[in-house]
Amino acid sequence: MEEGGRTQPLWLRMVAHLGLVVFSAIFCVPFLWLVSRSLMTNDQIMQEPHSLMDLIPAPVRLANYPDALAFKGFHFTTYLTNTLIICALTVFGTILSCSLVAYGLSRIYWRGRNVVFYILLGTMMLPAQVTMIPVFVVFAKLRLVDTFVPLILPAFLGNAFFVFLLRQFFLGIPRDLTDAARLDGCTEFGIWRQVVIPLSKPALATVGLFSFMGAWNDYLGPLIYLSDSSKFTLSLGLASFSSQYGQEPGMLMAATTVMTVPIIVLFFFAQRTFIQGITLTGLKG
Amino acid sequence: MARPATRQLLQGLGFCSPSIIGLAALMAYPMAASLYYSFCNYSVLRPARFIGTANYRHLLTEDELFRTALYNTAVYAVWAVPLGIVFAFVLALLLNVKVRGMAFYRTIFFIPSIVPLVASSVLWIWLLNPQIGGINFLLDRIGVDGLLTRFAETAPATARWLGFEGGRLPGWLSDPQWAKRGIILWSIWGVGGSVVIYLAGLQGVPKELYEAAEVDGAGAWHRVRHITVPFMTPYLFFTLVMGLIGAFQFFTPAYVMTNGQGGPVDSTTFYSLYLFNVAFADFKMGYASAMAWILFAIIVVGTVLVFKTSARFVYYGEGAGEGR
Repeated sequence: MEEGGRTQPLWLRMVAHLGLVVFSAIFCVPFLWLVSRSLMTNDQIMQEPHSLMDLIPAPVRLANYPDALAFKGFHFTTYLTNTLIICALTVFGTILSCSLVAYGLSRIYWRGRNVVFYILLGTMMLPAQVTMIPVFVVFAKLRLVDTFVPLILPAFLGNAFFVFLLRQFFLGIPRDLTDAARLDGCTEFGIWRQVVIPLSKPALATVGLFSFMGAWNDYLGPLIYLSDSSKFTLSLGLASFSSQYGQEPGMLMAATTVMTVPIIVLFFFAQRTFIQGITLTGLKG
Repeated sequence: MARPATRQLLQGLGFCSPSIIGLAALMAYPMAASLYYSFCNYSVLRPARFIGTANYRHLLTEDELFRTALYNTAVYAVWAVPLGIVFAFVLALLLNVKVRGMAFYRTIFFIPSIVPLVASSVLWIWLLNPQIGGINFLLDRIGVDGLLTRFAETAPATARWLGFEGGRLPGWLSDPQWAKRGIILWSIWGVGGSVVIYLAGLQGVPKELYEAAEVDGAGAWHRVRHITVPFMTPYLFFTLVMGLIGAFQFFTPAYVMTNGQGGPVDSTTFYSLYLFNVAFADFKMGYASAMAWILFAIIVVGTVLVFKTSARFVYYGEGAGEGR
């Protein structure tokens, strides 16, 4: 009786199932709303819905999608290109810098490494608002405002949280492995490159995924640094679409869907990395 | 003897150089500069002029909008964070009953939390529209409209106080009394991350305890109250601290939903939104820096207080050093 694990009584399972059905239906409403609006004419969207039939697009207007992507107020391909450039360089910079630093903090034994580690941990408490203004002033003086540099460069300078995550992971790699490589005459850089990195793919995937999500979603950074619409990211472009063209809700909902779908698709491809990453961030508490 | 140590030191510094440069250029210098600016009148275009504690004094004694922003942020933190925790915990408990399709439901609860912030904000502007939005349509369909009308007839004063004047459905983002509640509702939609964390935590609650409690005749509620909740306190505490810190830095949805205005009538001017506007719309960098340091002080004091009180309710398993 015990091997199969406990099964809860039937009534409890039924109540739980009912609760799950109700709550997940509620959670789906915003998505259904988004997709149905993205297929409606502006006239239908602007009408007050009275019955459930009013929620179904009639007529179905697929043209919202091509229209939104070609809309003069929403340079979709430009925004997408900009976002992808920033995302790619952010992911690359974060993985490179954080894995190097995490290696230096976990595999090399040098005086002062704990000091660096604890200072790094301490900065996680600091709200971005404190440093944001002087950093902006510096980039402004370097005439780098309205370029991608302020958005990308910090990724190459180590993110405290990801360093922490990778350090924990590297500490779990058996010392024998790195010591053996060292005895064989491998340089530290060689060990990092050929032993530690190949063994850390799951952790690096987590870091890559979360830094990608961070860059894709970031709004405050582009809002501070980018002013020319040819430099906008999707976040910035969508927000400015929303504030300037309220009379085009059909296209707006289509554009919102287009920005959301890649993330949901990504979730289905990288489900385990997502769940593990979230769990990892929670378990460190 | 000294040479390998020196070599290791250099290697260590080399590997850590990205973070060391980052700490210096993106943390140490900006902190010092920000502290200095906070005592200055500074607009970027002209050099900073030292004015002593004037910024702080003005903020704490004269700035009405600063007080409003503090109030709005506190309201958001006090409602959104606990509501989110309780709701996420209930969802995690339901999922943990291990009914069929658990992975499916978990996915549905999780996905809203990864929707890009700007996209979900734009979507919720339309969902919260009082006339043509989905939320009020839903409330109307399930009969809340009729209930409110009767409520407003029997107890008009209470109805008005709660924001249901004349039995109307909420005005959400267009009504100062409802705008924060609308944004809090939006935040509840994004609790999926906490659900996943709690679900992982629930796997760690010892099964034997449930069995023992059942033998002793404890009902489902008692088992949750006296076994599950104590074991889950570290996770609940973690999400509480992170939630409170996040609430005080809450920015993007408020900015996008109100076009950066914090309206109606400043009812959604949250701390970080006000700070951003002072810094990057009015270019009062000194004043904004003083706000940033006050924010930092609030976060530090708040976190310390939560940690202090947590000793009373957070249970880290029996005996110290259980590898947490």
